[in-house]
Amino acid sequence: MKETNPALAARRKFLSKLGRAVTYAGAVVGAGALSTAQNTAAKSEPSAGGASFPTKDYDWTKHRWGYGVDATKCIGCLRCVEACKRENDVPGTAHHFRTWVERYVYLEGETKPRIDSQHDPVNIEASGSEKEYRFANRYKDAKVDKAFFVPKLCNHCTHPACVQCCPTGATYKTKDGVVLIDHKYCIGCAYCVQACPYGARYFNHEKQVSDKCTWCYHRITKGLQPACVEICPVGARIFGDLEDNKSPISQFVRNNRVRVLKPESGNAPNVFYVGLDKDVI
Amino acid sequence: MESLYDLATYTGSVYPNDTVIAWSVMIVIYPYITGLVAGAFTVSSLYHVFGMERFKPVAQFALLTALCFMLFVPVPLLLHLGQPQRAMNAVLTPHWTSAMAAFGYFAGFYVILLVLEIWFVFRPHFVRQAQRTTGPVGMLWRALSLGSDDLSEKAMRYDHKWMFALAVTGIPGAHGLHGYVGFIFGSLKSREWWSSDLMPVVFLFSAVISGVALLIVLYVLSCRLRKVPIDLACLKGLAYVLWGFMMFTLVLEGLEFSNIVYKGREGIETIMEYVTGPLVVPFFIVQLGIGAVTPIAVISYLIWRGTTGKALIVGVTVSAALVLLSVLMMRWNVVIGGQEISKTGQGLVNYHMHLWGREGLLASIAVIAAPFAVLAVLVRLLPPWADNATPSLQAGRL
Repeated sequence: MKETNPALAARRKFLSKLGRAVTYAGAVVGAGALSTAQNTAAKSEPSAGGASFPTKDYDWTKHRWGYGVDATKCIGCLRCVEACKRENDVPGTAHHFRTWVERYVYLEGETKPRIDSQHDPVNIEASGSEKEYRFANRYKDAKVDKAFFVPKLCNHCTHPACVQCCPTGATYKTKDGVVLIDHKYCIGCAYCVQACPYGARYFNHEKQVSDKCTWCYHRITKGLQPACVEICPVGARIFGDLEDNKSPISQFVRNNRVRVLKPESGNAPNVFYVGLDKDVI
Repeated sequence: MESLYDLATYTGSVYPNDTVIAWSVMIVIYPYITGLVAGAFTVSSLYHVFGMERFKPVAQFALLTALCFMLFVPVPLLLHLGQPQRAMNAVLTPHWTSAMAAFGYFAGFYVILLVLEIWFVFRPHFVRQAQRTTGPVGMLWRALSLGSDDLSEKAMRYDHKWMFALAVTGIPGAHGLHGYVGFIFGSLKSREWWSSDLMPVVFLFSAVISGVALLIVLYVLSCRLRKVPIDLACLKGLAYVLWGFMMFTLVLEGLEFSNIVYKGREGIETIMEYVTGPLVVPFFIVQLGIGAVTPIAVISYLIWRGTTGKALIVGVTVSAALVLLSVLMMRWNVVIGGQEISKTGQGLVNYHMHLWGREGLLASIAVIAAPFAVLAVLVRLLPPWADNATPSLQAGRL
């Protein structure tokens, strides 16, 4: 039957055009989805582009940073926590840390360790302030079977769950193996805070963005050590370039049997530990 | 003065950064509202796509309800974001590996679909209003009718074809959107409480029951306000749908929980400590006892006894209200519950909701109330009641 109503005909034409546009758009999206699907798996996040970053005379393709912790050496002095807070402008509360130290104490007759960290109220009371860090001598009257400290920080994973889940790409992995956050691009959704299995990320309530350890990227790209490594009085924290066979971290990994935290997460951490116990979380 | 963020007290050993609850009550409200949208759309589809005539009295109303709630889905997210002014970054430069990156597109697509379908459904109304009114109001109606005043049988058949296509597309659209919300939680391997393959499905089914329950409450309320009799066949039909989907939801939630317990992976002792401690009231008593078992028992009784009249209305409406509470508690127990179990698997933290502030109790009440206010206005502009209803699209096609 011939179309008689011009309004209907016009509308029909418009709708058929719309329908066609939607089909084409669907096809484009479908094709795009195929190619992006390969990139959405956790193991294939692309690194940020560019050859030199963050300064002109630093080539991030020439380094692969790594971090070691010798838990047998740590004395729990917490200078590292203080240095990190100062160096990186971390909020001075008991709830925001780029690095922290855990204390594991096995008391006689107990099978599970007692675990605390500098944020524990008893330890804060001992130090007198949230901004001072000290482990209280809380087990002085108990019989201790075994005790040790474990420094913790961002693991700068090879397959970081935090980078995978960031909806804007504000958090990314650099070519030299460091996971960074662009504070000017982060929308502050805290999805990455949820995704990190290690509790290494926190939401910075002063800046209203996510934050975490950068291995002091502003220092290491100038040939310096991260603040926590620099200040450690016993050499429990080791840092260096895994590309350099003679670097402290290469020697640490080579000369010790190292392990990582929560390997089952599939994140492939790059902080290597010596001296952990089975109960370390 | 209240702290600016959600500090949490804790027991056992927790990571220092775990002592702040990063996702507040706003992230409870967000899947709740999205779920209401999916559920309301389901009811509208039962009539518009599957031709179930008994749902005619609520079919158009369901569409308007879905739209009103959908418009407010971004609000809790924006209130939650640390940098809400940058929210569009996720849409302009989406990082495709993120389960969250496509949300803006999904939500945008679904809003457009809803608006289009509502436009087709209410086109005769726009045309009639445009012909009836003059002046600026008339111009507005004419603008809404997009210059077409053809209500011939042929034109209507053409409209129905589009409505049907949109309604069919809307089913995977609405359900996909909500399953996707479940995936945001279920895909996180960092928390045992969330990390479940069943999470998206659990979210989806609980969404459907919440939307059906919402429509029951709103339909009964609207009939009361309009002083018209309640269509008991429709109400009973909604009760059947509610009952059926609740069975699925309960089975799925039971399976999910059993999986966690039976697998008994690292940290299960702490999870059991949580389940048998802080979770007793919000989960076992409110979500399961008051919100699920009670309405199922009441509706089962009503169906078994063939109850009708006022008793049916009261029974079904009260049950629906309880289901709405139950699903809200389900969102709470998932979102807050997941964060109350520390990532160490060795400690529990304790969320204290603020009263004030953009992520406080008052703000969340406002976010939940806002869609109702918009709906109250919208039903006056676009009366969705049965006396005005479009024929079932199935019927229109035959």
